[in-house]
Amino acid sequence: MFCKCSSSPRLCLGSAMATSDVKLLGAWASPYVMRPRIALNIKSVSYEFLEETFESKSQLLLQSNPVHKKMPVLIHADKPICESLIIVQYIDEIWTNGPSILPSDPYDRAIARFWAAYIDDKWFPSIIGITRAQGEEAKAVATAVAIEQVSAGLVVLEEAFEKCSKGKGYFGGEQIGYVDIVLGSFLGWTRMTEKMNGVKLIDEAKTPGLVGWAERFCANNAVKEVMPETEKLEEIAKMIQAKFRAPPPK
Amino acid sequence: MEEVKLFGAWPSPFSYRVIWALKLKGIPYEYVEEDLSNKSALLLQYNPVHKKIPVLVHGGKPIAESLVILQYIDETWPQNPLLPKDAFERSKARFWAKFAEDKGSTIWAIFRTGGEEQEKAMKESLEMLKTIEEHALGGKKFFGGDTTGLADLTFGGIALWLGVIEDIVGVKLVEPHTFPRLCAWIENFKEIPVIKQNLPDREKLFVYLKHRREILLASP
Repeated sequence: MFCKCSSSPRLCLGSAMATSDVKLLGAWASPYVMRPRIALNIKSVSYEFLEETFESKSQLLLQSNPVHKKMPVLIHADKPICESLIIVQYIDEIWTNGPSILPSDPYDRAIARFWAAYIDDKWFPSIIGITRAQGEEAKAVATAVAIEQVSAGLVVLEEAFEKCSKGKGYFGGEQIGYVDIVLGSFLGWTRMTEKMNGVKLIDEAKTPGLVGWAERFCANNAVKEVMPETEKLEEIAKMIQAKFRAPPPK
Repeated sequence: MEEVKLFGAWPSPFSYRVIWALKLKGIPYEYVEEDLSNKSALLLQYNPVHKKIPVLVHGGKPIAESLVILQYIDETWPQNPLLPKDAFERSKARFWAKFAEDKGSTIWAIFRTGGEEQEKAMKESLEMLKTIEEHALGGKKFFGGDTTGLADLTFGGIALWLGVIEDIVGVKLVEPHTFPRLCAWIENFKEIPVIKQNLPDREKLFVYLKHRREILLASP
């Protein structure tokens, strides 16, 4: 269905705001970029995806995010919004026609924000720790320590999942919500880390709830197309590892 | 109205963020002072994940993490709002609150370290302060505009704790000729009655932090 409001053929959802004025600056591999994409999909908002390259940052990115010079950046009606979770909250507040991403109850919202902070500030850095350990001298020990940290964090998140989901499929209940997006966006990197290190992080024994949740999340319509393939992430991880690697012993 | 309790610690700027929010909105609450070297069973029960203050308990339900608490307070008690109504303006306020949260630790790194590490922390702190000076305030009186908001409360540590750290370490990071906007903000922020009446005693804080630094630097 073509709409007269935009110049190029684009599926228009007839919302009050023209969806041709929604742009997202990002890169397919970035978990942070995936978050607003999932949110926009949940709200059925079409947008123009402006792909950034790894080598250099576009003028538009530098102009739109002068403080951090990072993606993602959402540009809505020429106004830039930065920081993945701030963008997700903005999307939730602007497009109220679609399903809600954050819960409506203030206490439930606080719990969702709490877990989002935990995942971003405590848990994901521990995953990076596994990749970093590869570049250290006592690689085996460092890796084991890093894996233990990630696993301990996942046990905490398993408990959080039990409490938040209340028997339903997602942290958000029946539908994907805020915490699902925050944690789910890291699934690609988690799987890649598992594969490259020959270890199971999200496993049936310790985190059965999260195993089912991860499958459900990746199969969800709002997520499917934007979840990067593990193989492609491996290539990027190898590039990053090469940068971190300690020089070979003499 | 259901009972509101705040578990805090007097030397902590994070604790004060919540006190300011509650007082700005006129919300009565019971304050529980925690001894961080001997945390209460109740605190550990209310915040098992981080075991930290501040924790707000409303009608028996605990909320941890100061920024999460501030947004909860704003959404539960809408008077004297901490965030603007417009979604885009809100996203900017949240951006600066997050910036303060993420980058504020560089100032504490100056406090906790010496030598090369400290020099690195000072460099990073100056960059952070410059960013605030150039990008965050614009021509406004407060980060929130004419009145304080979420970002102001999150930057509140700069209003007192930064100066105390500067005195203890013997450096001056923020001066009126290099940071005119930030210095003006510090003065204006401290003049707000709720803030003025709710700050730790500077002398007491100086003694406490000086002692903490000595212990930190002495340990291996």
